Amino acid sequence: MANEEKSRRDFMGMALGACAAVGGVGALYAAKRSWDPLPSVKAAGFTTIDLGGAQENELTVEKWRGKPIFVLKKTAEMPQDDRDIIIGSDRFHVSIGLCTHLGCIPAYRKDKQDFLCACHGGLFDINGHESFGPPPSPLEIPPFRIDGTKLVLGEEGPEYKKMLEAGITV
Amino acid sequence: MAKFEKANSLNEWLDQRLAINTIKKVMNTEYWIPKDINFLWAMGMVLAATFGMLVISGIFLLMYYKPDTNLAFDSVNYTIMTEVGYGWLWRHIHGIGASLVFLIIYIHMFTGIYYGSYKRGRELIWLSGMGLFVAFSAEAFSGYMLPWGQMSYWAGMVITNLFSGGSLEAYGLVEWIRGDYVPGDAFLTRFFMLHVFLLPLVIIGLIVLHFGTLRIPHVNNQEGAEIDFEESSDLWKAGKKKESKVIPFSPVFLSKDLFVVGVYFVLFFYLVFYNFNFAMDPVNFDPADGLKTPAHIYPEWYFLWSYEILRPFNKDVGLIAFGIAQAALFFLPFIDRSPNVAPAHKRGLFKWWFWILVVDMIALTALGKLPPEGIFNDLGLFFAIVFLLLGPALFVISMFEKKIEKGA
Repeated sequence: MANEEKSRRDFMGMALGACAAVGGVGALYAAKRSWDPLPSVKAAGFTTIDLGGAQENELTVEKWRGKPIFVLKKTAEMPQDDRDIIIGSDRFHVSIGLCTHLGCIPAYRKDKQDFLCACHGGLFDINGHESFGPPPSPLEIPPFRIDGTKLVLGEEGPEYKKMLEAGITV
Repeated sequence: MAKFEKANSLNEWLDQRLAINTIKKVMNTEYWIPKDINFLWAMGMVLAATFGMLVISGIFLLMYYKPDTNLAFDSVNYTIMTEVGYGWLWRHIHGIGASLVFLIIYIHMFTGIYYGSYKRGRELIWLSGMGLFVAFSAEAFSGYMLPWGQMSYWAGMVITNLFSGGSLEAYGLVEWIRGDYVPGDAFLTRFFMLHVFLLPLVIIGLIVLHFGTLRIPHVNNQEGAEIDFEESSDLWKAGKKKESKVIPFSPVFLSKDLFVVGVYFVLFFYLVFYNFNFAMDPVNFDPADGLKTPAHIYPEWYFLWSYEILRPFNKDVGLIAFGIAQAALFFLPFIDRSPNVAPAHKRGLFKWWFWILVVDMIALTALGKLPPEGIFNDLGLFFAIVFLLLGPALFVISMFEKKIEKGA
């Protein structure tokens, strides 16, 4: 009799525990989803920029997903790189202008033709390769699709996919 | 229903229902504090008073603050600072309080380390105190986001990027924390929630726990002496106050506490009224701009030492060193192998270890404020490595420490 009572209570205890555990996991999932970026934030992720009017060795900064995008038309003397975006006969350096260390915006030094991050002293060359300090990788290239002299940021065109496959950007 | 007698006074009425006389004895009149202490033992009450100031000033700021990226900056810098009657007072109290609370926390921590107040029965005091340090750090960081100035934005950017874990490239986690690709509206509102509700709740809970962990082992004393609290308190209660080694928390110790709190508040309000800029970074009076990084980004002074440990290394090593630096102090009671509970000046090599730790953290703090160039990089690397080596060094020197015979 006493044993039967005990197993009945054990069963009820375990049943309650199981229901509470399922509810707890469900609540945690709901909490996680509530912290996710909203669909409206995700949807606003495309920007078109026109490269037609760009001047050589003049950095322009565009905005894509709240991040600064470096656009630099290269001169013929600047070293060529696999990361260049080629439109017609012009070569462009396009990258997300956030230091790959902790996300500050490096400043373009026109005379030295490099990017210096003031936060922790990171340095990138004209092609966005890290050359000094804590940055672990080159400046990232945003997903792009070439459309005439325009660049659609956020879409993945064939040139971008090629870079991705070659491991030039992440 | 329990049986209740008719009460003859309000005190008796409350005692019947709440046992207030027992509570008063346990927490106040018969909670014994050693006599052999100094003003550093008042830092706990100084911290409690500062936290009180932060809560009160925070309540008034909360009435006009608007957690929205379009409105936040003006609600602080225009509405609260120029329109709200005495709004400037609450803001300056809140800013100065946030800065001073860390100054006192550091003094409180170093006092505990110096006198060995984390050992033999007092481990939980140390652990709950470190929990408070972490909770206050999170509270300070989340609060720093709210005025939505340039430093708010870029500190938010840099600190959330730490969670990408270096080469792990966990950008999904970073975007999840922010609720956006960059710090934006979702980021501001969730950090607002953390700052005004969840984290204060955690802090209050931890303060209760911190007090609780203190009750059984009692506070330490200047010599680390083991005191027979029963014998000493009996002497006090028998009127032999001179012979007793202890005093009751209330009213005797509390009155000394309040004196130190009073002196502290002179400094506090001097800063609030005449030197509030000390807690106001001028860069944060520019509104947040995601397309322009300020020339120099550095945290408030109380985070500089750990920031400087991150800086001189490459990204992955820096993150690991930073992680170790954040967690290492938690383990202090278990790294220190010596059984001696004694002030540092009686513990041989430990004295040197203690002062090297103090000097190293001050050096890291100073270097964290200087631009990352030339000789400063090398010095930063040197002091960061010294900090990381201090842990293993303590393990070794405390193992060989001579046992101090008590009662001599």
